[in-house]
Amino acid sequence: MTLIDRVNGLLRRVPVWAVYVVCMAGAPWLFWQGISGGLGPEPVKGLERELGELALKFLVAGLAITPLRRLVGLNLMKFRRAVGLITFYYVCCHLLVWAVLDLQVLGQLWSEIVKRPYIAVGMAAFVLMVPLAVTSNNASVRRLGAKWRTLHRLVYPAAILGGVHYLMLAKGFRLEPLVYLAIIVALLLIRLPVRRWIRVGA
Amino acid sequence: AAGMVGLGAGRARAEALEPNGWEEITTYNNFYEFGTGKDDPARYAGQMTTSPWSVTIDGMVDKPGDYTLDQILSAMTIEERIYRFRCVEAWSMVVPWNGFELADLLNMAGVQSGAKFVAFETLLRPEEMPGVRYPVIEWPYVEGLRLDEAMHPLTLMATGIYGKPLPNQNGAPLRLVVPWKYGYKSIKSIVRISLVDKQPPTAWNKYSDREYGFYSNVNPNVDHPRWSQASERRVGSGLFAKKQPTLMFNGYEAEVASLYAGMDLAKFH
Repeated sequence: MTLIDRVNGLLRRVPVWAVYVVCMAGAPWLFWQGISGGLGPEPVKGLERELGELALKFLVAGLAITPLRRLVGLNLMKFRRAVGLITFYYVCCHLLVWAVLDLQVLGQLWSEIVKRPYIAVGMAAFVLMVPLAVTSNNASVRRLGAKWRTLHRLVYPAAILGGVHYLMLAKGFRLEPLVYLAIIVALLLIRLPVRRWIRVGA
Repeated sequence: AAGMVGLGAGRARAEALEPNGWEEITTYNNFYEFGTGKDDPARYAGQMTTSPWSVTIDGMVDKPGDYTLDQILSAMTIEERIYRFRCVEAWSMVVPWNGFELADLLNMAGVQSGAKFVAFETLLRPEEMPGVRYPVIEWPYVEGLRLDEAMHPLTLMATGIYGKPLPNQNGAPLRLVVPWKYGYKSIKSIVRISLVDKQPPTAWNKYSDREYGFYSNVNPNVDHPRWSQASERRVGSGLFAKKQPTLMFNGYEAEVASLYAGMDLAKFH
């Protein structure tokens, strides 16, 4: 039995609900940190950034699931929906903190989106993710059939927009956003030749 | 001590200012030479050697040379100034600085008649500054003021906070404080002051002229391209605190507006 088989065996025993509970606990924990001083004397920006980075991390994790199965044989497919929904959850938390605690004046929401390209880009990523979250249930998968797969390719442009959003808001030359964007692009590129190869082969 | 703060109209308002706590002032910092996180300077700036320290004063001055910190301090009068501090990132603090007027230092060196600007430079010592491994901006950090801004009585060279020596993360042992400008103009850990006749390059302006102008006067009417400058978040006010309106010239309009009479403050932002 190879290592991957053993890991896959262990993963089969991990219930999906546990992934939801553990991974979603990040937001309330960070919120508590913000209230209790754990995020420093100015917690709003810290909370906003941490939630955004968590969204990006789960986005990357979600994009890695298919390549990991194809290239390494690691089977995380049963967690894919959870990872996608957790990503959306952190995007929503990030957006809420920005609108309610950071911006504060909800009347300026639209003008900020129009005036600031990095916000427009982030908002576009969010909008693309809404139909994915809405159709992430079994009923939608059945009803949409083949269209479901096509629809859920929206996660690719959403991921690029998310990475670009992070890059655009950096002050000074920063490595982290470039690393995120590079990983996202790499995870998308990995898919291209494989698909073409399959088509040629078929 | 608060009585020493004021200049005319500034006095009454200055006395009403409630300074931030020591902990807030010394743990929430931007000093990218030690990392880009707000807590990086407090964590890593301790390794910066600040003694011995000397400042090179050169350019269009009568008495150029390397001045040791002791030489400078023995000739200056230290006083307390409680100033608002407004970061370009739209957060703010109130800091009880100790220091002397930059004008006194410049007069000590003897400013020559052709000088029109003052250029400043921060220490660059890679072995003590983990942040400079990355070209976040071009090192060393440089800043500049017009001569009349530099000679203004509000312009301070800070040596301490709350009567204690300046912590490294706040720019020890000697930093500039220009209270009506965004915080990044108040250059830290100064090793060189040059009197020049042309507008000197400044660190953030070199990075992005569109985002960070040479003047960088606090102005609620001129937004940063990526965020509004109309309001600010007071550091230490918590997760749910309402933002407060940003004041023109950070509340020092009566004292400094005349320096910019007739200038288009959106163009010369």
